[in-house]
Amino acid sequence: MNPILAVESVGLLAPGLTGWAASRPILTGEQPYSATPMPPPSAVLLPANERRRVTGLVKLALHVAQEAIDQAGSDPQTIHTVFASSGGDSEVLDKICMALTLPDRPVSPTHFHQSVHNTTAGYWSIATGCRQASISLSAHDGSFLAGLREAATLAWVESAPVLLIAYDAPHPFPLSERRVIVAPFGVALLLNPAPDDQRLALLRLTQTATAAATVMADPGLETLRIGNPAARSLPLLEVIAQPAGQWITLADGGNMGLCVEVTP
Amino acid sequence: MAINPLAMTAYTVTNALGRGMAAALTALQGGLTGLRRCDFADAVLNAWIGRIVGLEDEPLTGEFTAFDCRNNRLARLALEQDGFRLAVDRAIARYGADRIGVFLGSSTSGIRATEIAYHERDPATGSLPTCFDYQHTHNLFSATDLTRRWLGLTGPAFTVSTACSSSAKAFAVAHRHLQTGFCDAAVVGGVDSLCLTTLYGFNALGLASTALCRPWAAGRDGLNIGEGAGFVLLERAEPGDERILLLGYGESSDAHHMTAAHPEGAGAALAMQQALARAGLAPAQVDYINLHGTATPLNDAAEDRAVLRVFGPHTPCSSTKGWTGHTLGAAGVTEAVFVALVLDQGFMPGTLNTRERDPALGAGVILDNQQYPVKTALSNSFGFGGTNCSLLFGRRNAP
Repeated sequence: MNPILAVESVGLLAPGLTGWAASRPILTGEQPYSATPMPPPSAVLLPANERRRVTGLVKLALHVAQEAIDQAGSDPQTIHTVFASSGGDSEVLDKICMALTLPDRPVSPTHFHQSVHNTTAGYWSIATGCRQASISLSAHDGSFLAGLREAATLAWVESAPVLLIAYDAPHPFPLSERRVIVAPFGVALLLNPAPDDQRLALLRLTQTATAAATVMADPGLETLRIGNPAARSLPLLEVIAQPAGQWITLADGGNMGLCVEVTP
Repeated sequence: MAINPLAMTAYTVTNALGRGMAAALTALQGGLTGLRRCDFADAVLNAWIGRIVGLEDEPLTGEFTAFDCRNNRLARLALEQDGFRLAVDRAIARYGADRIGVFLGSSTSGIRATEIAYHERDPATGSLPTCFDYQHTHNLFSATDLTRRWLGLTGPAFTVSTACSSSAKAFAVAHRHLQTGFCDAAVVGGVDSLCLTTLYGFNALGLASTALCRPWAAGRDGLNIGEGAGFVLLERAEPGDERILLLGYGESSDAHHMTAAHPEGAGAALAMQQALARAGLAPAQVDYINLHGTATPLNDAAEDRAVLRVFGPHTPCSSTKGWTGHTLGAAGVTEAVFVALVLDQGFMPGTLNTRERDPALGAGVILDNQQYPVKTALSNSFGFGGTNCSLLFGRRNAP
């Protein structure tokens, strides 16, 4: 199997990183990074009644997914999806756990069905009409790495494009005291096993046993990288933004890492 | 074109029927349910549950103390049955620990630990008790992390969490990782344990029965929640392999509704058709179907339409939820291992607790156990969010 994947497009939303086009000069170092507050994600894909019901985390994931699809001009119905998130929707889980401490334990049926890790995948498939295979996964801080590897296997086995969406957001109190996520971060990569001329970059993946991940030189971006599992993608995004080829290592200590060679 | 099959080198299952394969086989063949009136923690619910007796008294200790919670106790308990660890040790010797992946499914992981922590919040500050360890209990990765550490594996590892299809999809994940060379073997499985979130959540949705669940019965009125864990060691099949093989898998999304299955079972049918196509088999070559069969009115009706569309009314099928309850994220592996028992022992389990089939449904559901030399069998797992997975197992030399 040819271990190559083309990155067709990127969706990105985090503090100071508002969309791929605006973020690219920051990632190449042409502009300084500043952690300005993240604009609220739009989930225009959803019908208005659903948009009111879903949490900010779901909107974040749908927002970056749609940016990637729009940038590539792809038909989402044809695209497999991988949703990678360490903790999923802690806002919903917090409400359920709080309700369970009250008399008669009034768990909201809406919160309960939104508590599954594949809630975002469900909303995405309903909104786009996509019936393709979809995986929702977690590997704690290694969730982006696991998602990239799974997306690669799907793309290669199915010879079809795969949309990888990684997203995590700060947990509400009191969970926030036991799991620190410093800021919201959502990224979507549209990956194609059959490279064409429109690509942003070409990735070549190899396994590595090293535990040393590539870090960000900018202190603000490094704070983000270590403070949000989805932001572990930043070194990869940085080299995708560069015009010259480089390689980076994604590792989480324990899980097999990935060495990614990135060429234009 | 048919995929390269994977061999089930070792497998084990632990649930309300007991610990390990012998307990499961005895209960399945004897028609003995593992379900009981709800007696979990301080839950006050008119419900039936599939609880594993004694988990409460078997904490994880020593280097694994941080992982101690109901879900990880269940994972550890299941890992120690049926010589599973010995089989993994042999695989490590053959391939190396870094060439074996761990892919487990779970829906709620160790959320029970968080439920308890919320109950014990500091009355003044609202903080959770300092002994609460989110990463090693509640986080979705924790049972997978425990499993790879327990077995000494360092290959790719993650938790699939797609509600009730989770541990079925773990088989598809493993197949892809072996097919693309990221692994040479994989431990797949799933763990989901009782918690108030699912007991009260399904109750709030009106999907939990106050009686024993009755899949495919006319008056069926909901599911029973169970807990369970199962593990399978998968390796590439060899020429002339006589082990039970994963022949095909199918995955789809309903794109219809968050909790209600597509009324025509469109996504479910797609998953079954994909599994057949990947196995290179025609519907008539499948001897038995283990249904998802949760016993909610809509789910069974949708699955019935899907089975009829793909297989017609004559393929024998049944739901084993009346034995174990619905073990949610562990249902896929639990029923995959039941299918292995079916293939191994030459019998088809009936549909426990159901005495009369709903005349509105048409699939070939059997109510009583039957002796039959099953060579090829399908297992269905569907979940919230419209996620569907079908797995096809059999032996290569099936006539």
